[in-house]
Amino acid sequence: MLEIRFHGRGGQGAVTSVELFAISAIAEGKYAQGFPSFGPERRGAPVMAFLRISEKPVRIRSKIYSPDVVVILDPSLVDVANPVSGLKKGGIVVINTSKPHEEFSEKFRGFKVAVVDAYKIAKEEMGVNIVNTTMLGALIRATDAIKLKSIEEPVRERFGRIAEKNINALKRAYKETSIKEL
Amino acid sequence: MKKGIEVSIAASEAAKLARVEAIAAYPITPQTHIVEHLSDIVANGELDAVYVTVESEHSAMSACIGTSAAGARTFTSTSAQGLELMHEILFIASALRLPIVMAVANRALSAPLSIWNDHSDVMAARDCGWIQLFCENGQEVVDTIIMAFRIAEDHRVLLPVMVNLDGFQLSHVVEPIDFPDQKDVDKFLPDYKPLYTLHPDRPLTMGAYATPELYTEAKFAQEQAIINSLPVIKEILSEYSKKFKRKYNILETYNFEKSDTVFIAMGSVNENIMTAIDTLKKDKKSCGLVKVRLFRPFPDAELAALLEKKKNVIVIDRAMPAGGMNGPVYNEVAALLRRYNIKANLFNYIVGLGGRDVLPEDFISVYDEVVKAKKGKSKEKTNYKVIGVRA
Repeated sequence: MLEIRFHGRGGQGAVTSVELFAISAIAEGKYAQGFPSFGPERRGAPVMAFLRISEKPVRIRSKIYSPDVVVILDPSLVDVANPVSGLKKGGIVVINTSKPHEEFSEKFRGFKVAVVDAYKIAKEEMGVNIVNTTMLGALIRATDAIKLKSIEEPVRERFGRIAEKNINALKRAYKETSIKEL
Repeated sequence: MKKGIEVSIAASEAAKLARVEAIAAYPITPQTHIVEHLSDIVANGELDAVYVTVESEHSAMSACIGTSAAGARTFTSTSAQGLELMHEILFIASALRLPIVMAVANRALSAPLSIWNDHSDVMAARDCGWIQLFCENGQEVVDTIIMAFRIAEDHRVLLPVMVNLDGFQLSHVVEPIDFPDQKDVDKFLPDYKPLYTLHPDRPLTMGAYATPELYTEAKFAQEQAIINSLPVIKEILSEYSKKFKRKYNILETYNFEKSDTVFIAMGSVNENIMTAIDTLKKDKKSCGLVKVRLFRPFPDAELAALLEKKKNVIVIDRAMPAGGMNGPVYNEVAALLRRYNIKANLFNYIVGLGGRDVLPEDFISVYDEVVKAKKGKSKEKTNYKVIGVRA
């Protein structure tokens, strides 16, 4: 079972990210769970969302304390939310940042770090700086947990006429993500 | 084919598959998505039903009584304080023998204000004369809502049914769910045929006044009805299992036969207990589980048959006793051990109040603590323990 924890800010769409990813994994015939960190979330406040993907039925109901992967939607969370708390040894950090891997050599030492400038991609492809779908491309690239193709249909169903822009951003992030072990 | 869907939306889709004809509900976290989606599908014409918007849960249940008494298949949903605001009306629904189905997204009661999951709401409503079923995952929520209408409307039953699903823990999770086909549901659940209905052309009174000469008989008859519903519930669960190829029973066991020590629990926490049991197995420790799906009427004889030869029985409660001796589920089990003269050691743990996570590790610790407990010590005097509480 792969356990993934999303760190974002209220309004960034972390919950939508885990839902879309779970729906895509289930459509592939896998088992999955996607859910928010339950509670009254406020716009801009640090929030979490959780995702489990498995070949067998998922039999656990709790937040994720020792993830295999963390996804950081907003780079400023690195300093305020300790997103790698509990991350398994050799785990993966997928981060939206304009900085190179080396910038994180202290904070993310011992982890596999996937960097992508999702704000830039989202702005260029969609004209907004909402990166929740863009980051799904980076996550697929870093984990191979689902096929890139599988996410397209759920994104279309959720976003209707703005879906294609989201898919373009996601595919570009898949290509532009750069992974390095620190 | 399994579909990834949020359990709340799946619950409303189940009500749609059951072709509900009337809904009256008031939104409250964490039930909100259930009634929002129902309101959407009624408004866009996907579901041909009356949606009564009301100003409170007291009115919601009152309106449900009206639509059900008029002969409409009626559905509603609530949580926590909403359920308690309905409280007065819940008794009337069951005494009038109205087959309303209500999904309760279980949530802690205020104060302090908590929107998170436990069973204090439903346990405060456990003696309202409603049939009460508990679900472990999203699939069970969908199947149980469909079965609930069939149970409620069976002429041998005619009682309202509460379908309990853990708030957030289930209601807000996207997970794989297999939806039955509409035509199969239609076959399993034919139109509701009420015995009596309110109609302007055929005036009658429901819930009339009862003098001391009649009240006891009325309540005795109602009690017989809920007790006699048990074999019918079993029959309907078994019919559903056969038709839809998913196994349902009022009690279900896990790793049970060879285990001396067993847990008893209700709802989604059962998944974490099963995971704990699998881990214990790797350490050559054998622990079992009884999942209680039906809490009212309480399946005492069936549970007694399972517990007869067990050494340690650990009852998991998700509500405080409020000054009582133990948690509400424990009290039922303690009474049945006495009635059936079963000698097992009995333990009570209260867990997961107000949304606190209870991990498989917690249940492993409970198991270890119980099997290490000194022999000969009178377990009847042991009080309940609250897992993880900072005193």
